[in-house]
Amino acid sequence: MTAMPIPPPPRFRPLRLLNYLVLLLVLGLIISSLAATAPPLDKVWRGVMRLFSPSGLFTQMFPPDFSRIVPISWKLLETLQMAVAGCFLGLILAVPFAILATDRLSPHPVVRLGARAIIALFRTVPDLVWAIIFIIIVGLGPAAGVLAIMVDKIGFAGRFFAEAMEESDPGPQDAMRAIGASKLGMIVSAVFPACLPSFTATSLFALEKSVRGSAALGLVGAGGIGVELKVAFDLFNYDEALAIILMMLALVIAVEQGSGWIRRKLI
Amino acid sequence: MNTPLAHAVEEAGVTALAPVLSVSGLAKSYDGRVILQSLTFALSERQSTALIGANGSGKSTLLKCLVRLTEPTAGRIDMLGQDVRALGPNELRRFRAQVGIVWQRHNLVPRISALSNVVHGVQARMSGPRSWFQALAPATVRAEAMSCLERVGLADRAMTRVDSLSGGQQQRVAIARMLMQRPAFILADEPDASLDPQTGEEVMALLLGLVRQDGLSLLMISHRLEHTLRFSDRILGLTQGRITLDQPTALANVTDLRRFFEHPETP
Ligand SMILES: Nc1ncnc2c1ncn2[C@@H]1O[C@H](COP(=O)(O)OP(=O)(O)OP(=O)(O)O)[C@@H](O)[C@H]1O
Ligand SMILES: [Mg+2]
Repeated sequence: MTAMPIPPPPRFRPLRLLNYLVLLLVLGLIISSLAATAPPLDKVWRGVMRLFSPSGLFTQMFPPDFSRIVPISWKLLETLQMAVAGCFLGLILAVPFAILATDRLSPHPVVRLGARAIIALFRTVPDLVWAIIFIIIVGLGPAAGVLAIMVDKIGFAGRFFAEAMEESDPGPQDAMRAIGASKLGMIVSAVFPACLPSFTATSLFALEKSVRGSAALGLVGAGGIGVELKVAFDLFNYDEALAIILMMLALVIAVEQGSGWIRRKLI
Repeated sequence: MNTPLAHAVEEAGVTALAPVLSVSGLAKSYDGRVILQSLTFALSERQSTALIGANGSGKSTLLKCLVRLTEPTAGRIDMLGQDVRALGPNELRRFRAQVGIVWQRHNLVPRISALSNVVHGVQARMSGPRSWFQALAPATVRAEAMSCLERVGLADRAMTRVDSLSGGQQQRVAIARMLMQRPAFILADEPDASLDPQTGEEVMALLLGLVRQDGLSLLMISHRLEHTLRFSDRILGLTQGRITLDQPTALANVTDLRRFFEHPETP
């Protein structure tokens, strides 16, 4: 070989002025944010020490008080039921929203934009805010919680369902179109089977998210175990509060383990 | 079975048959780039026509234009007694139902059974849940789907998931689905491309059988000279979007044909 070997290119591209400016801006944002909001260390330290003092929160929490385990368990069941009901309704309603939001399936780009906007709105507004809105509409209690979870799940699953359908192989869909299948026929018989694993995974994640979310909804009065927790804190029954937290934790872990197991089985 | 030569002679003698497909002045360009220009040809019924040409000469584009999977830029298409370009959306759906398409990739719906995929073919003439999956299909439809599978020699694999079949078997399931449409005309875009020589030959023989035994008309693209010679009555050659060869297969000159299977000609 007589030809000169071609030298490798430099490892990093030289930074331009614009890159420096962007870098400076990002650094400035991080530092100013920390300075404005991060708690001073000594304050954190004193707070933590207070938690463990004889009259502190942690000390009073132990040992957890399970004496009201039966009524708390019922509330926990209500929490799970709210999660399941809201998640179910949300997943069902997410499908049409997702179809309208999918490029290839949407009847018109304007419809698609609208569907995307609604899904984004549902996802962006936190479920606690939805709960407050629905308490105004249907009053205190689990119904408001179910509706809040439903709307939150339309936002969550709508996005991921649409993404899965967007990414699915267009070949079988075009083939169905060429056969002369109706749009609905094409969606149900060609799109859904291909997206089934991803739909299942999303649904299970949605259920986990619903269970975690529904535990908190009671704090604003939308039913479930959150009410019990709020009352326990309000009455300074910190040992009972710990018992409630532990039971919530057990429920969430059980649901997450269960759905993880199903996910592994199915995919 | 008729030999290609017998057919050619027959065609020369009998000119009474109305063309099943006649194309005049067909043109297609993508963003100003001309792909097809003023194509004019006619095919008579119950014939197998091979469409040959180098990569990028516009063969697939022509096939898609015929059923308006891509809209032609200009020209007239009469197929199965209909002015294809004048069809409204619903008429177009009904028209496409009569045209069976075999794609280079089988384009079956994954994760569901061969039988369900074949049942999908019935969506050419009926819609609704009973056409979506084999489990929901009426007994007559299931029986017809089974006989279509039998026709391609796969009746014993009816309940096998299509993604676990071999490439050749998948292509045969796709042909069975197309038969389920009860088509009058078959378009095939390199049905032998992803198959090994023997399997490819079987698939081509299957398609030619539909012409000889069932009286269907076939327009197929093939990149294999032997297949073109063995399985067609007539050859259309495309060079850079123009028809540069149109003759009965029996009269074709192999050296003439060969240039269509070699490098794309430079202008
Ligand atoms: N959707 C599209 N948009 C823009 N250009 C396209 C599109 N589809 C095809 N083309 C162009 O049209 C030309 C012809 O493509 P076509 O697929 O019809 O060729 P072909 O003869 O089938 O080739 P091959 O033998 O490789 O299948 C190519 O240059 C291709 O780049
Ligand atoms: Mg092609």
